[in-house]
Amino acid sequence: MKKIIANREIDVNEEGYLVEFTQWDREVCECIAGECNVVMTERHYEVVEYLQEKHKKEEPLSIRGIKKSGVVDIKEFYNLFPGGPLKISTKIAGIPKPKSCI
Amino acid sequence: MKNLIILGAGTSGTMMANHLVSKLPKKEWSITIIDQFKTHYYQPGFLFLPFDIYTTKQVKKNGKKFIPKDVNYIQEKIELIVPDENKVNLENGTILDYDILIVATGTKIAPDEIEGMNGAEWYQSIFDFYTYEGAKALRDKLRTWEGGKLVVHITEMPIKCPVAPLEFAFLADSFFKHKGIRDKVDITYVTPLGGAFTKPKATEALHYLLEEKNIKEVTDFNIERVDYKNNKIIDYADTEVEYDLLVTVPTNMGDALIERSGMGDDLNFVPTHKATLQTKDYENIFAIGDATNLPASKAGSVAHFEAEILTDNILRYIKGEPLKEEFDGHANCFVETGNGKALLIDFNYTHEPVEGTFPFPGVGPLKLLKESRTNHMGKMAFRWIYWNMLIKGIHIPFVSATMSEKGKNFE
Repeated sequence: MKKIIANREIDVNEEGYLVEFTQWDREVCECIAGECNVVMTERHYEVVEYLQEKHKKEEPLSIRGIKKSGVVDIKEFYNLFPGGPLKISTKIAGIPKPKSCI
Repeated sequence: MKNLIILGAGTSGTMMANHLVSKLPKKEWSITIIDQFKTHYYQPGFLFLPFDIYTTKQVKKNGKKFIPKDVNYIQEKIELIVPDENKVNLENGTILDYDILIVATGTKIAPDEIEGMNGAEWYQSIFDFYTYEGAKALRDKLRTWEGGKLVVHITEMPIKCPVAPLEFAFLADSFFKHKGIRDKVDITYVTPLGGAFTKPKATEALHYLLEEKNIKEVTDFNIERVDYKNNKIIDYADTEVEYDLLVTVPTNMGDALIERSGMGDDLNFVPTHKATLQTKDYENIFAIGDATNLPASKAGSVAHFEAEILTDNILRYIKGEPLKEEFDGHANCFVETGNGKALLIDFNYTHEPVEGTFPFPGVGPLKLLKESRTNHMGKMAFRWIYWNMLIKGIHIPFVSATMSEKGKNFE
């Protein structure tokens, strides 16, 4: 389905996650962040870029990965993306949230 | 004479030995399989053992029965893989040379990864059911447990058979109903993911199961520690969930051998090409099943489909032909929902489970993503198929290694 984000038509799934990563940029990112009540800072972007890199390499995202990332510790990760940090940060990063098989 | 060595005689390793023994010329190739343990477990049965649905005898057999007689079967602990020298060192000092190596060492639970999990209450009020020992200890506990807060919990992903904890919660609901104490048991499902169901079609089709069975859901729960003195699990956001009986799926990790040999990722899984099953670092080493880092489900059905494709790719590798990028992440799993019913799901890397019919488009007899008694009978029949066909490498009729899109309602 399509959704207007940053005055553009963007392809998203039922839960508002981007379907085409090529449509992601900082403008789109900041709009999605706004909907999640997150105000983006350079710190947020460092985490977002780390997640995007992991996704590109098809490595699963997990709290363990965050702990070992060297980018951010878990406490700060929760502070940057309050609520479900992986669920929210992946949405902002324009990549799929961690999933199971059903 | 050239040597092909298979490490691990579990589901994947045993299947590969059976496939390859009839395909490789005996005069040119010697096949060896190594595993330190004598027993071959029917791991899907571990789900049923705690509820006294299966007996211990139904889930284990002597592994030797399933290894073809033309394959050398070595029962020794593997000390190290030395990939730069094409050697495998055993604990007893034997050093074996290989031309081709297949890593099928699986995944193990690692309860030590979480503070307080593998402590004084392990197998007292905290249990796993992913090991024979855990499932059996939990069976003994459930036989006398009089009720309270049952928490079914996933520590972190990826795990073997991601639907098993959900099936456990469903079967627990049935079990306590039959026992007449369901009103004394509070069941909570705790997951690090965004929901018990995470795919849109499955959520829509199946969320009613949780409501119908009165199973509470705690989502986005990333466990930090178990406070076993006060019977609660605590996550990084300081959320607490109290339990009387904690049934957890601990962190899953690849075998310590992979770490010792310097061949794994953070979780000791072997980086593997997701379509060819060749390892990313060594062209004469292949990996299969739970031992890989593939973004597919860790499950026997996945290993079964991989085995058919890996066999072809090993033959291609021997002939010097390019490998086929054929594996699509295909998985096909029965999901028990309790009360004598089950679902069937069929999916791959790119297609989520959807409704439809299987294996014959439009006919069935099995229905996808819908509860039915036929699906439950399929799951029960599968134990026979496993021991008599699957690990012997016999092709299961009408079920192809790659996923079929026919008979499925994608939109």
